[in-house]
Amino acid sequence: MAVRVVTDQAAIEVPVVASRRGVLGTVGRGLARNRKAVAGLALFGFFVLVALLAPLIAPYNPSALQFGQMLQPSAKHLLGTTGTGQDIFSQLLFGTRESLLIAVGAGLGATLVSVIIGVSAAYLGGIWDHALNLFTDVFLVLPTLPLMIIIGTYLNNRGLLVLIGVIVITGWSYGARQLRSQALSLRNRDFLEAARARGEQSLYIIVFEVLPNMTSLIVAIFFGAALYAVLAAAGLQFIGLGDPNSLSWGTMLYWAQANGALLAGSPVWVLAPGFCIAALGAAFALINYAFDEISNPALRPVRRRGK
Amino acid sequence: MRYLIRRLEFFVITLWAALTMNFILPRVMPGNPAQAMLVRFHGRVSPETVKAIEVAFGLHSNEPIWQQYLEYLRNTFTGNFGTSVTFFPVPVGDVIKQGLPWTLALVGMATIIAFILGTLLGMLSAWRRGGFFDAVLPPVFIVISAFPYFWLGLLVLLAFSLTLNWFPLGFAYDLTSSINLSWDFIGQVIWHGTLPALTIVITSIGGWILTMRNTMITTLAEDYVKMARAKGLSPLRIMFMYAGRNAILPNLVGFAMSLGFVISGAILVEIVFNYPGLGFTLLQAVHSEDYALMQTLFLLLTVAVLLAVLAADLLTAVLDPRTREQG
Repeated sequence: MAVRVVTDQAAIEVPVVASRRGVLGTVGRGLARNRKAVAGLALFGFFVLVALLAPLIAPYNPSALQFGQMLQPSAKHLLGTTGTGQDIFSQLLFGTRESLLIAVGAGLGATLVSVIIGVSAAYLGGIWDHALNLFTDVFLVLPTLPLMIIIGTYLNNRGLLVLIGVIVITGWSYGARQLRSQALSLRNRDFLEAARARGEQSLYIIVFEVLPNMTSLIVAIFFGAALYAVLAAAGLQFIGLGDPNSLSWGTMLYWAQANGALLAGSPVWVLAPGFCIAALGAAFALINYAFDEISNPALRPVRRRGK
Repeated sequence: MRYLIRRLEFFVITLWAALTMNFILPRVMPGNPAQAMLVRFHGRVSPETVKAIEVAFGLHSNEPIWQQYLEYLRNTFTGNFGTSVTFFPVPVGDVIKQGLPWTLALVGMATIIAFILGTLLGMLSAWRRGGFFDAVLPPVFIVISAFPYFWLGLLVLLAFSLTLNWFPLGFAYDLTSSINLSWDFIGQVIWHGTLPALTIVITSIGGWILTMRNTMITTLAEDYVKMARAKGLSPLRIMFMYAGRNAILPNLVGFAMSLGFVISGAILVEIVFNYPGLGFTLLQAVHSEDYALMQTLFLLLTVAVLLAVLAADLLTAVLDPRTREQG
């Protein structure tokens, strides 16, 4: 639900990958030199680690109800306990797993759809371009939350896959639009002419000539979509459209709100999961923005001379 | 002209897509929500209302599908959205009429403030490349834009209402007073609206700042800006009339296009603050599985976003001579 940053992709001259380092090498070097990217990747890596090691770090079983209710933070319960006596810190650690899964899963799904639609629009051109572009714009302006809510309520199935599916349906359009503009600007480049002159098939050209040159944008779109997925999932779970028995940050917020945690004097119950959502979102946003800077050198921070 | 015709085409097609989605969804989704709805209505409504619900949700109807579709379209365009389950027996249209002004005022004001402030800050940060604003604003707002709207709402609530006691806990006015046009009441509305509006401004402003900054950086490198500098025009004039004016065009369209996102966030903010607008109504509709109300809200929000897009397009046509000259 955050407003994502768009730079007008058509206006950017995309450097054609020709170096011996290859696509990944170029992107990797760009990342390592960008402070925002390093910060974002470190944060993202941290959460991945927490998700993997949750059973080792967590002091208690996250679902166990054996403790006092709404205890304040203490040495025994770092973040206190919930209204039903579960350890909040353990819940937070285990919740990382589902939250990450939704972010990465829905992010990948949305990116795949936007690559397919955006690139085919640009490459097929003509009436196809017009139709696919219109289709993208329609999905771009439809208010996503009400649409997600309607689909979610109708399905009446609060499973993880439904949640991811709903996020993919509402989250692909943004990337498709950016990819289309960039693919359009690539369309008449010499190396594509050369491929066509060699008699390569369209599919080959798209997969092996066009896509590698859009790697940094595609990666940026993945992180943008993952950011959207984190926030959308949190919003949906918060209003009770997730599986209330699942363990994720959004669900924790739902229970905290349902138990009136703020008014009952347990602000930590609300603060902790929200902080994690914001931190994971910030990681994705930073990486997303860094890629925008990598693909558009004009945006890179100005370094004063003599420093 | 060609530009405007293309935009009108977009308007009509999106509207049609939203309408059709509302028609198709209840018919292809598993389960039978409408049946459940009718059971709850049983014996409480007139035969006409039952008929209207059957039409809206395609229930045991022998009519061919296109006839159902036409009837559904006619009902929608004549403002017959059905009856709300949540606020039975109030028609959906009336329920929405109560929430609409609150949402329009809150979200509208907050969005306009965020857009104007964000655009100005973005301009400034691009103009002073490497200066204080440019070094501090982008990273800060990248991080803030990743905050869930509703969580920031909860934070603001915790800080300013619960801890400091400066602002009320929610709702749009004191529950003891009734709606009137006195200064006292307007004061209450502003007092109650400050925190939700603040939340929306803080979370959405970052997008405008960053987009404006990035476009402005591109325009500042243009030849006409160099020319303007060479002519010795005042920096303010170059900033606003040369670079800013041209950079704002894509931002304006982006503004309209992302209103859908903003509205989605604002819905959650209303829920946190118990603000009696459409977002709060939507939550109630979700809790009581009030499909008619939910779908009408979706339609209405879509129309609102589309109108904003259209307005931005008209404004672009006025500001950008290129759109007028084509064709």
